[in-house]
Amino acid sequence: MSTAVSQTWYMTQRQLMVFVRQPAYAIITLIQPVIWLFLFGNLFKGVVELGGFGTTSYLDYLVPGVVVMSALSANMWAGMTTLDEIQRGTIDRFLTTPVSRAALMNGNVVNNGLVTALQSVIIVLLGLLGGAEYPGGIGGVAVLVLAAVLLGTVFGALSNALGMLVRERESIIGINTFLLLPLTFLSSAFMAPAQMPSWMRHIADFNPLDWAMVAGRSAMAGDPDWDAVLVRGGGLLALAVAAVWLSIRTFRSYQRSV
Amino acid sequence: MTISAPAIEARHLIKTYAGDVTALNGMDLTVEPGTVFGLLGPNGAGKSTTVKILTTLARPDSGEATVAGHDVLRHPDRVRRAIGVVAQNSGADPAATGRENLRLQGRLHGLKGAALGRRVDELLERFTLTEAAERPVKGYSGGMRRRLDVALGLVHRPEVLFLDEPTTGLDPQARSAMWEEIGRLAGEEGLTILLTTHYLEEADRLAERVAIVDRGRVVVAGTPDALKGELRGDAVHMELRQAVGDAGRTLLTGALRALPGVHEVLVDGTRISVRSDDGAASVPALLAALEQAGVGVATATVARPSLDDVYLRYAGRRYSEAAGPALVGGVR
Repeated sequence: MSTAVSQTWYMTQRQLMVFVRQPAYAIITLIQPVIWLFLFGNLFKGVVELGGFGTTSYLDYLVPGVVVMSALSANMWAGMTTLDEIQRGTIDRFLTTPVSRAALMNGNVVNNGLVTALQSVIIVLLGLLGGAEYPGGIGGVAVLVLAAVLLGTVFGALSNALGMLVRERESIIGINTFLLLPLTFLSSAFMAPAQMPSWMRHIADFNPLDWAMVAGRSAMAGDPDWDAVLVRGGGLLALAVAAVWLSIRTFRSYQRSV
Repeated sequence: MTISAPAIEARHLIKTYAGDVTALNGMDLTVEPGTVFGLLGPNGAGKSTTVKILTTLARPDSGEATVAGHDVLRHPDRVRRAIGVVAQNSGADPAATGRENLRLQGRLHGLKGAALGRRVDELLERFTLTEAAERPVKGYSGGMRRRLDVALGLVHRPEVLFLDEPTTGLDPQARSAMWEEIGRLAGEEGLTILLTTHYLEEADRLAERVAIVDRGRVVVAGTPDALKGELRGDAVHMELRQAVGDAGRTLLTGALRALPGVHEVLVDGTRISVRSDDGAASVPALLAALEQAGVGVATATVARPSLDDVYLRYAGRRYSEAAGPALVGGVR
């Protein structure tokens, strides 16, 4: 369907333009990960000595962690933009044109995916600059970026769905604040699984953020465990498809309430 | 669709929102093609809900409607292709320029290439936005934004244009500029316009036919002149120098009613209100009759019947009362 594809592209373009024209926002999105990288890099430097990290440099271990955490924290605010557009009347304006509902939502998904990919690549390059090593090479980094984009899509779509349904900033702020740190720390983002209490490891197995973590880190190892990558990556893909489908469905309930 | 089929037809629309708020309570509407139709009523009367249903944004609980010959419930896509919508908040992208907003809107309606470029240039020119075309919309004034909103609604040359309170929030100068623009649009190749407003003056001036909406339904519809005509002539209000007693009142009422063209006479203390076929023509006779009766007149004013009077008659309350405090600043 060329119409659906071109409509999705128009919607993506529109959002990318906002990202590019608001340099302050763009810079903050890109700088915050740098702060995490150097803050955690220095704070937790010594933990590699505990063992189980598969490397002697904590920075090697940390880079994928910051990539995935940043993907989550950038995308979970997507619903705020949607709320702004509802209040401004933009969504209503689009809904009274022949544009497809899927294109409206997919524009968000593609835009957020591109921004997440850019952010991830920048973090990886900064890590390289700081002396991190990526034994898995470009292929491994590509899997990490893809996993971050999928994770971002899951939470971006859920955030959009929430924005459409509850239409309150406070709910999005509340849920995000509640979820960000537990999701991040109940995963192997900053700490090797070998060092986690076993109950935490079990919880982490159900945490999509940890799936992205494991998929990315496995692919970036010198000797990648592709089964682990495929299982986690497949899980993320399935979740992302379900979340996007759900967010497209929320247009219906939105239209019932206007 | 034949020429004579209505551009908009709504039959008994009912819409209730969560919390048992009845927004529409049997809304009926027929708008002939090529006309400007005004939906007039205070905030909360159901005007915006009607527009949302007719533009496929919301679904009614029951009832049916067609726009440009297409059923809004069965073929919303066909309706969307045929309509232009200028909502109260049209939500132009503030970070995008006027031209970019117009181009995107055109693309969503399937325009592309040189045809899109020409149409966008044409609209920028027409709404005097050419100079501001390359500036982000967030720097536009209220009037410029509103003109851009209307241009957005016209990009694909719709058959039916919805203008939901097009001048609310504009300063008087921008409002009269918008009135002129809507007046020009009305003359265009068969364009049908449904205009909602809570300004009586606006409906009177722009709409060929008006429906007065109160509590989710149309209480009366017709041309503004016909509606006002039903009130039988003009009102003449006179302020007396001194109050008239009971005996004088009967005498005066009789004397004034005997004058040609005078229908109703109301004497109340120092005020006399008269309805007359032609207010201005009957003033001399009224003044002469009062002088003869020895009553001095301080002021005399002639008022054409207004839609406010029509609203009072059909909705059973004064327009400003129904509209509530939100409107007090708005009606001029």
